[in-house]
Amino acid sequence: MNKPKLNRRKFLLVSAVAGGGVLIGYAATRPSRHRRANDSLASDNERFVTSWIRLQPDNRITVYVPHSEMGQGIHTALGQMAADELDAAWELVDIEQAPATDLFANDAIVKGFGGELLPPFLMGLVNASALTVARIANLQITGGSSSVRYTGENTIRVAGAAARQMLLQCAADRWGAAVDECTTELSHVHHSASGRSIPYGDLAEAAAELEPPAEPVLKDRSQFTIMGKAISRRDIPPKVDGSAPYGIDAHSEDMLYAALRLAPVFGSKLASVDATEALAQRGVRKVVELEDGYAVVADNYWRAKQALELVRAEFAPTANDGVSSAELAQRFDGALAEDNGSKDFESGDADAALEDAQDVFEASYRVPYLAHAAMEPMNCTVHIQGDRADLWTSTQDALGIKGRVAKVAGLSEDDVTFHHSYLGGGFGRRLPFTWNVIDHATLIAMEFDVPVKTILTREEDMRQDYYRPAVHSNLKAAFDGEGRVTVWHNRFTGPIQVPGAAHIPYAIPNQSIRVVDVDTHVPIASWRSVDHSQQTFFIESFIDEIAHRGRTNPYQLRMELLQDHPRHRNVLQVAAESAGYGSGLPEGRALGIAVQESFGSIAAQVAEVSIGEDGRPIVHKVTCAMDCGWVVNPDTAEAQIESGIIFGLTAALYGAITIEDGRVVQGNFPDYEMLRMTDSPEIVVHLVESGNAPGGLGEPATPPVAAAVANAIYILTGQRVRELPIGDRDFSTSRSLAGRI
Amino acid sequence: MARFILNGEMRELDIEPEMPLLWALRDELGMTGTNFGCGIGNCGACTVHVDGNALRSCVTPVSVVEGRDITTIEGLASVAGGANDLSPVQQAWIDYQVPQCGYCQSGMIMAATALLARNPAPTDEEIDAGITNICRCGSYPRVRKAIRALASV
Ligand code: FES
Ligand code: FES
Repeated sequence: MNKPKLNRRKFLLVSAVAGGGVLIGYAATRPSRHRRANDSLASDNERFVTSWIRLQPDNRITVYVPHSEMGQGIHTALGQMAADELDAAWELVDIEQAPATDLFANDAIVKGFGGELLPPFLMGLVNASALTVARIANLQITGGSSSVRYTGENTIRVAGAAARQMLLQCAADRWGAAVDECTTELSHVHHSASGRSIPYGDLAEAAAELEPPAEPVLKDRSQFTIMGKAISRRDIPPKVDGSAPYGIDAHSEDMLYAALRLAPVFGSKLASVDATEALAQRGVRKVVELEDGYAVVADNYWRAKQALELVRAEFAPTANDGVSSAELAQRFDGALAEDNGSKDFESGDADAALEDAQDVFEASYRVPYLAHAAMEPMNCTVHIQGDRADLWTSTQDALGIKGRVAKVAGLSEDDVTFHHSYLGGGFGRRLPFTWNVIDHATLIAMEFDVPVKTILTREEDMRQDYYRPAVHSNLKAAFDGEGRVTVWHNRFTGPIQVPGAAHIPYAIPNQSIRVVDVDTHVPIASWRSVDHSQQTFFIESFIDEIAHRGRTNPYQLRMELLQDHPRHRNVLQVAAESAGYGSGLPEGRALGIAVQESFGSIAAQVAEVSIGEDGRPIVHKVTCAMDCGWVVNPDTAEAQIESGIIFGLTAALYGAITIEDGRVVQGNFPDYEMLRMTDSPEIVVHLVESGNAPGGLGEPATPPVAAAVANAIYILTGQRVRELPIGDRDFSTSRSLAGRI
Repeated sequence: MARFILNGEMRELDIEPEMPLLWALRDELGMTGTNFGCGIGNCGACTVHVDGNALRSCVTPVSVVEGRDITTIEGLASVAGGANDLSPVQQAWIDYQVPQCGYCQSGMIMAATALLARNPAPTDEEIDAGITNICRCGSYPRVRKAIRALASV
C-alpha cells in the first residue's frame, strides 16, 4: 500500500488514510542549509518529516502547516504555496496546524491522522528525529524568518507538486489518456480532447496506490495563480470575534491557577517561605515551593495573584546581588580594552592600514538589554493524569516543549499531548531553551490532578525574560591621503548569536571584526532579528559617521561602497527616491538612511524625523524598500514589514532593561514603554522583487530603523546618537546641520 | 455576590466585590475573548464596554459594574445587529487585515468601537488620543486605516 520513493536527499511519502483519501508528505534529510546542525546531530538514517497534504474524497484538501501562527500569516502563506502547486481551488483548501508534536511521535502520528498506514520505515525514524529536531531547534521551530524560505520552498511546494502529478497520472490511467494531454485547474483534472473532467477527491483513493514522483517539477513563477496574491489571512476572522484560542485561554471548570514569583536575582535560590497568610485567603489551595521561586495556586488567577503578595519569602544571597547596569557597562568596556577578542571577520591588514592612515577616528556604541514583552504574558497549562499529561501553551516549538514537559514530569514524550493554539506574540521568547515558565508550570501541576494554568504577571514576564543582549561596540575607521576609507575596525562584546551579523557589505579593503565574550548573570536569547538589531545600529550609524567625516553624502558613500551588492543598491535607491531623499523637505525635518541584509532579505529604510518642542525626536515617516526575492503574499509581507519597523522603533525610542541590585528594574509598560498609535509613524513599503529565492520577512524590517532615525537626528542636531534608547532624550540644545550635508 | 448583564444576559457570581471584571470573565465565566496584558490598566488588552463606554476590565472591580450592561468582544456582533454578523468595526478589521498575533485586538476593537460611537468621524489626532492600547505587533497603521475607512462611511 505504501510505496515511498527514496532518493539520496529527500523523499516523498504517500499513505492512504482510514476513512478515505490520501496523505502526501514530504520528508527531508540533510537539507543543505541546515547541514552543519544536521551533521553534528543527526545520524545517517534520521529523517525530518515536515509537511503533509491530505486529499479527501469530498474534494477538500487539508494542508498541515508545521509552524506556529503568531501573526505573521504563515498558515495562509504556506497554504497558498501548497494550493498553487496543486492547482487547487483556494476555497476548497483547509489549513490546519499540523499535529506537529504528534507528527513526530510514532504512536500518535497514527492517531493524529486517523490511519495506521504510515510507512513502516518512518515509524522507526520519527522518534529519533523528534529528539533531534528538538535539539537542533531549527527545522520544526518557527523562527529565523524561515517558514516560507525552507518549509514552504523545500517541502510544501514539493509535496503539492507531487500530489498534482499523481492526480494527473490517476486521471490519465482512468481515462486511458496520455498524462500530457491532461491538465489541472481548480481542484479538477481535465482532458480537453474528450471534454472529461474529474474532481481531485474522486482520485484520492487511486492516488494512494501510486508511487510518488521522485523529483516533482515545481511551477515557474509565471504559472502561479495563488502565490503572489494578497489573499486574506485565514487566522484573522477568529481574531476579530474573540474566538481565536491562545495558550492562556485553556479553560476547564475544575482548573486551578498559579501565580509565580521567581528569584529576582537570576540564579538565586529560595531560602525560606512563610505562606500562612496566603494560605488563609479565599480560593487558595496551596503554596508550592520551587528551587528558585514559589507559586500560589488558587481557583482563580486573581486570587492567586493577590495571595502571592502575602507570601513572605527570602532568597539566598548570590555573588550578583550588587550587580548594576553601570557595573556591567564597565565590565564590557574593560573587557574590550583588555582583550583583542576572537576573530569574526578579517580582510586585508587593518593594523598596517591604520599605521599608514591619514585620518583615524573612533566611536563607542552601546545598546541595552531588551525584553520581548509579547502581548500574551508567558503561561503554560499542564494537566498531569498519572502516567500521561495534557499541555497547552503558546510556543514557537511545540515539539521541544512537549519533550521538555515530559522530561520534567518524568513521562515519556509520547504520553504528553500538546494542544495547539495561536501565539499572542513570540519574537523569540517562545523559542526552545527559554523554558523557565514551562518547567515551573510542570512542577506546579505535578502537585495536582486537575489542570493547572500558570501565568506570569506582566511584571514577572518582564523580569524573568531571556533578554536581547546588551552590547558594546568600539568602532574605528581610517582614511588614506586620497580620502578613501581604508579601514573598518570593530571590537564588540558577544556572544555572537547569528554569525555574520557584524560583517559589513561595504567595500573597505582592510577589515578587522572581533568579538569579546563577557560573562554576566543575565539570561539572554533570541530577540526579533537577533544580533542584527544591535549590529545594524552600530554599522549603519558608523558608516554614516564615515560619510560625514569624509564630507560625502551618506547615500552616495553607501552606493559607492556597495558596488558589489546590486540588490543593496537597488533597495537603497528605491527607498531614497520614494522618500524624496535629496529633495526639499518641510522645515525642521531630515531624512536618515540605513540598509541591512538579514535572513535572506535586504531592507533599506529612510526615516523622516524632526525634533519636537520638548526636544524629543519625532519620527514622521519610515519608507522601506525590501528585496525578499519574491513574495508569496504581498499583503502579509507588508504587514510584517510594518510590524518589524514598529518593533525596531520601539526599541530605538524606548527599549531599555536595566539591572540594579542584580535584578531587572522594569516591570510593566509604563517603565518599559511601547510605541503607541500616537507616535506610530506613517510607513511606506516597497516590495522589490529581485526574483532571488524568497527571503524572510518576520525580522528583516526591524534592524535598520534605529540607525535611520539616528542618522536623521545627526543632520537635525549635529549630535551623533551612539546609545539607545533616545525617545526621551532632549536634543533641543543642538544645532542643525540641515542644508549643509 | 456580583450581578451584571453580560452580552444581554444577567449573570450572578459568588465572588468578592473587589475582583476585577477581567478575572470574573475569564476564570469564573470562561469568557476568554477578553485578554490579560498588563493588569494595571495600561495596555488596553482587557477593554470591554460598560454601558457602551470602553473600560479596562483588569482594573475595574465587579462592584463598579453592579447591575450594569457589559459587552465583551464575544457579544459585540449581536449588540451591533444580527447574531451571526460581525459588527462594522469587526468587518473593517477583516477588510484591512488588521490583526497580527491578534492578542491585543479584542481590546483594540472594543476601544475603536467606543471611539466611533462617540465620535463617528475622528481626525487623526482624535484617533491618537482615543486609541491608547498597546499592540506589540505594531498593527497601528492598519488600525488607523480601518478607523479612517469607518469614519468616512
Ligand atoms: S490588561 Fe487591562 S489594561 Fe492591560
Ligand atoms: S496584534 Fe499582536 S499585539 Fe496586537
